[in-house]
Amino acid sequence: MATVISNERLAEGVYHLVVEGGNSGEMGQFYMLRAWGAYPLLSRPLSIHQVNDNGVEFLYHVVGEGTEILAGLNPGDPLELEGPFGTGFPQVEGRVALVGGGIGIAPLYYCAQKLPESDIYLGFSREPFRTEAFRPLAAELTVDVGGLILDSVDFSAYDHIFVCGPHPMLKAAQLKGSALDPAGKRPDVYLSLENRMACGIGACLVCSVSCKDGQRKACADGPVFLAEEVLFHD
Amino acid sequence: MINTTIDTTATIAGVSFKNPIVMASGTFGFGREYGRLYDVSLLGGISGKGLTLHAKAGNPGIRVYETPSGMLNSVGLENPGVEAFLAKELPYWETLDTARIVNLGGNTLADYVLGAELIQRDADARLLAGTQAVDMIELNISCPNVKEGGIAFGVKTPAAQEVVRAVRAATSLPLAVKLSPNAEDIAEMAVMCEAEGADAVSLINTISGMKIDVRRRRSVFNNLYAGLSGPAVKPVALRMVHQVARRVTIPVIGMGGITSATDIIEFIMAGATVIQVGTYNFMNLRAGSTLVEELQQFMKEENISSLDEIRGIV
Repeated sequence: MATVISNERLAEGVYHLVVEGGNSGEMGQFYMLRAWGAYPLLSRPLSIHQVNDNGVEFLYHVVGEGTEILAGLNPGDPLELEGPFGTGFPQVEGRVALVGGGIGIAPLYYCAQKLPESDIYLGFSREPFRTEAFRPLAAELTVDVGGLILDSVDFSAYDHIFVCGPHPMLKAAQLKGSALDPAGKRPDVYLSLENRMACGIGACLVCSVSCKDGQRKACADGPVFLAEEVLFHD
Repeated sequence: MINTTIDTTATIAGVSFKNPIVMASGTFGFGREYGRLYDVSLLGGISGKGLTLHAKAGNPGIRVYETPSGMLNSVGLENPGVEAFLAKELPYWETLDTARIVNLGGNTLADYVLGAELIQRDADARLLAGTQAVDMIELNISCPNVKEGGIAFGVKTPAAQEVVRAVRAATSLPLAVKLSPNAEDIAEMAVMCEAEGADAVSLINTISGMKIDVRRRRSVFNNLYAGLSGPAVKPVALRMVHQVARRVTIPVIGMGGITSATDIIEFIMAGATVIQVGTYNFMNLRAGSTLVEELQQFMKEENISSLDEIRGIV
């Protein structure tokens, strides 16, 4: 059992949850959270925003009943944490860009800590949040509000690009990566996918992702995949 | 009176279960993932992810949706196929000290039979080598997700009878038939299974359900309907287990929304020999170890020394 340290509202529907109890995790991994009894039925997967000896932090957007309950948590409240789970971003060398859209910036903070010389691109449709926390960690920080953050990223300038954001943004990042001249410099583009999960550990197959080599599990093989491996159907 | 020993064991067709808690097909993979969280050999048994003769990619689109006290799933039988399962998973199953149940589905009669034959052949080869990795086949005639087969076999008794008869002829392994609550007459279906030589029936599979996205004006699921499970289905499942247990002499494996020791006891009192736990695995990743402990505790408190004392008493 974990304990809520703080649960601060950062923007409309966006919260920063700090929890005492989970102390491990790699970039892009997630925990399953539960702060209720039998209903809602399923726990909620949230990616690691930051983890250290003090505990683990999450950024989340209120989208349904589960996150609604999370938003009502107060310091001292108990919380069930299972994890860390999943295959996250690799520890890489070279020039790195971290590109986040909206709540998709959540896992990139821990990446920025682990990969200190990265350029960071944060895009928001309306109200930006958490940008000042990223600033000291970035070689260069670019923030966009209302536009398309991917337009600011010169893919050919990087060895590795980590992307997390809404579905259309992930598709666009895949396209942008594959459109580069194969003779020139091409970065490895990694996408952190989001999917509905039930177990979170790779047993139930509800979060299956179509990949070039067949069905993969977002919760166990991912949530991070090389962009070129993923087949987007819609 | 104080009970010094509590007997939670049960036997089905010579297969012994150290306790009545069996993990349900489709919620437990082949046990490996949960095996990292707790010792799955403390379970009565494991029913593996439903297999078909050939690998299946499953359904596209949204596969899970929460409902009040339940969930709808539309996984569509994604699985590696029988042969890949035998090669990749049985070395692991061989190491487990629990009843190992292969769940077998199919879209055609021939697929069911060929799948059963492959499993039988593997079991025969292992027997010669002095090992064993499969204790029972659970025949899935009821998966409501696959358009071309599943539902048709499990709804009408004559169609199901053909499959049960053919698979019974193809394997000498203990055979349980998993029944669909969508069957026209589930008790009649169970009676047929017994007559055709099944060693047990298990029920219920998920109840066919639906969810509409009102803004998009379409079903949430690409496959239109999906299977309802979880605590929401428990009263229906319990009633069906009770009805079936009254009509057959073969053991009944009961399931549907079990999340506690008292839920288990209810199913045993309704006539189940052992039970299965499915959706609860998603609510509590350590459901198996939680329930094994809770059941011991409950039996101790209630002075039940053996499940035989209470089985079918209602």
